[in-house]
Amino acid sequence: MNRFKHALAAGVASLLAASPALADWSDLNLRVGVTELSREIYGLHMLILWVCVAIAVAVFAVMIYSIATFRKSKGAVAATFDHNTKAEIIWTVIPVLILVAMAIPATRTLVKIDDTRGSELTVKVTGYQWKWQYEYVDEGVSFFSTLARSSDVARQLGSGVDPRSVENYLLEVDNPLVVPQGRKVRVLITANDVIHAWWVPDFGMKKDAIPGYINEMWFRADFPGTYRGQCAELCGRDHGFMPVVVEVLPPDEFDAWLLEQQAARQASREAPARSAALDRSADQLAALRVARAE
Amino acid sequence: MSANKTHHDAAHADHGHDDHGPAKGIMRWLTTTNHKDIGTMYLVFSLLMFFIGGSMALVIRAELFAPGMQLVDPGFFNTMTTVHALIMVFGAVMPATVGLANWMIPLQIGAPDMALPRMNNFSFWLLVSAFTLLILSLFMPGGGPAAGWTLYPPLVLQTGDAFPLAIFAIHLAGASSIMGAINIIVTIMNLRAPGMTLLKMPLFVWTWLITAYLLIAVMPVFAGAVTMLLTDHFFHTTFFAAAGGGDPVLYQHIFWFFGHPEVYIMILPAFGIVSEIIPTFSRKPLFGYDAMVYATASIAFLSFIVWAHHMFTVGMPLAGELFFMLSTMLIAVPTGVKVFNWTATMWKGSLTFEPPMLFALAFLFLFTIGGFSGLMMAIAPVDFQYHDTYFIVAHFHYVLVPGAVFAIMAGVYYWLPKWTGHMYDMKLANWHFWLSAIFVNVLFFPQHFLGLAGMPRRIPDYSTQFADWNMVSSIGAFGFGVSQLLFVYIIWKCARGGAQATAEVWDGARVHGLEWTVPSPAPYHTFDEAPVVR
Repeated sequence: MNRFKHALAAGVASLLAASPALADWSDLNLRVGVTELSREIYGLHMLILWVCVAIAVAVFAVMIYSIATFRKSKGAVAATFDHNTKAEIIWTVIPVLILVAMAIPATRTLVKIDDTRGSELTVKVTGYQWKWQYEYVDEGVSFFSTLARSSDVARQLGSGVDPRSVENYLLEVDNPLVVPQGRKVRVLITANDVIHAWWVPDFGMKKDAIPGYINEMWFRADFPGTYRGQCAELCGRDHGFMPVVVEVLPPDEFDAWLLEQQAARQASREAPARSAALDRSADQLAALRVARAE
Repeated sequence: MSANKTHHDAAHADHGHDDHGPAKGIMRWLTTTNHKDIGTMYLVFSLLMFFIGGSMALVIRAELFAPGMQLVDPGFFNTMTTVHALIMVFGAVMPATVGLANWMIPLQIGAPDMALPRMNNFSFWLLVSAFTLLILSLFMPGGGPAAGWTLYPPLVLQTGDAFPLAIFAIHLAGASSIMGAINIIVTIMNLRAPGMTLLKMPLFVWTWLITAYLLIAVMPVFAGAVTMLLTDHFFHTTFFAAAGGGDPVLYQHIFWFFGHPEVYIMILPAFGIVSEIIPTFSRKPLFGYDAMVYATASIAFLSFIVWAHHMFTVGMPLAGELFFMLSTMLIAVPTGVKVFNWTATMWKGSLTFEPPMLFALAFLFLFTIGGFSGLMMAIAPVDFQYHDTYFIVAHFHYVLVPGAVFAIMAGVYYWLPKWTGHMYDMKLANWHFWLSAIFVNVLFFPQHFLGLAGMPRRIPDYSTQFADWNMVSSIGAFGFGVSQLLFVYIIWKCARGGAQATAEVWDGARVHGLEWTVPSPAPYHTFDEAPVVR
């Protein structure tokens, strides 16, 4: 019976998650995201949103009441007062108190965002017109990440391809950034030509990639999955076409992936040596041919 | 305008044999030193720019109507966003408020004209040259400027031959603004009618006085920044190039030290207009006049110490982010005071809803919405999400379109009978209001959703999840754009004729300003003898 209840609850929960109503809501509001910081930022966002809604309801109610009531057409006769010191003090002081109340949690989150200490993995992100380079600084792995071919074909002027037929249109890349779930990842961000900005909404933050600067941010993704974002600073013609895709893997799968990458790198590092040897033998062949001709 | 023959006669009747009318033909407009002529030219110019900049906005919205690239090249799209903004900021909103200042400040303070009439003429024609250059830059090899109106290096240094033209255009427009500002300050300080002390000036005059100081303080800063861009591009300096020891972020600091006060340069005169209109149509004095003046001055002061909230994501140290977050939040206090005072002005008034009042009320509601999203973005940690998304696009369009632009339209509908001597078609003006007010929300409200859902700004194409709201927004844009043709028709019709306007124009307006004591249309020369203000 108990198990049945659990199953029912899980079923209802997954239905709710999949329901169009919720999907629509997620199209209207900020994402909660999958990191501690993104959740805190979401909480702050909702707090300030509701504070604004509450003030708006109060202020707009007074405005609408005035508009509806104090009409000349209804015979309203204008009063002559032109100030009220007590009211003016009240509506100066109350906003100050609300702002102080907002500033405290905002400051706390800001301090947390700033603390990049104790990271377990450092990835350097470099922005280029118009692609990203990812370097695992201590692991010796690096690669470029560009817009997926399918999107790139579809996005050409007059391509005739319906964007809706392309999976993850403009939000897919050839090589996503891969990071481990549950580990603190420090991101170092810079650029090689113009300013870009690296942004994954589910991680809660964006940061500018600026030539000559190395900016820092951090995240710890709580759930595995694929998270998508975009360049957020105008960087020229193809600014809209350099997405950010991050794949979060469970730690053991990530470690396996990393070893694979390192092995592949090792192989490709040996490959140039082999081809150099081939070049040498080609030179020898040419020399032989020359000698024979003589 | 065309009613000037009647101006002339009325002026003769009022002012006797010394009075003279305007020169004939085109030379009247080229050489005029009359504040009313120059005010009219500024207003007509800004209306023209409003339509040119608006057409560019429609190119943007047409491309964004559906996902996929259908109409323009991504590079041209960037040119459209860039030049749309430059034209709307420097060509439409600012000249419109300068036009209103030219027309109304002398009339409101009882002065015969602006203090420096020749400079007034020069600053207008300089502005025309500036925008001729800027628009010509669109046809240069390499395309028009496409790095955004903020002209961030290093990207802006990739601009083609349009670059020097655009920079020179900005220099000219800046020089024009500075001259206009000096003229306004000198006029207000020296030409007030006897008895009009500073704290008796209409709020529109006050907000413009403060705006003029902001202009003088920041336009040279902007000129400096773009000059450094120019030398980086042509003379191998490296002010903003990291490879030569320069700093790309330095440009952003300089730009926004100009750019944030610039935002208030556009909105403070709007505050002034609304502070004129709400009391008139509430038949009640403005609530908290002194507080309004001090709030305007506080906003102006704060505008100088909040600039880096435009750059929360550049990687400032924690102390910097905290300072700019807290100082920005403070702006909500004087802005709130203003909104509360306008509301209190209506409280226990006797309200009527002519077109100027309708636009002022829409301003009150919709500017406040823009203020709320501004407060949300002041919270630095959350701004890391909002920054450079459609949320900010929605925010600044709410404060600029139903904010500044609606206030300007309210001002035009308020003073148009004074300028032309005719009442305009109220029924059409009501249509114009309701169409504008509805479509502006259809246009910009969904952009909040787009931004929160993760759509970056300044992209020509987007992922399909953003398709629905973009389509709604584009429909709003076309509706709003087409509705503005009504505005032109109403003004044109009013200039050509209509019911004769009284001197007071609006019921009981006489107590709300000196401009309602002169005949309608206002004679070519007014206040040859200064009125006495008690």
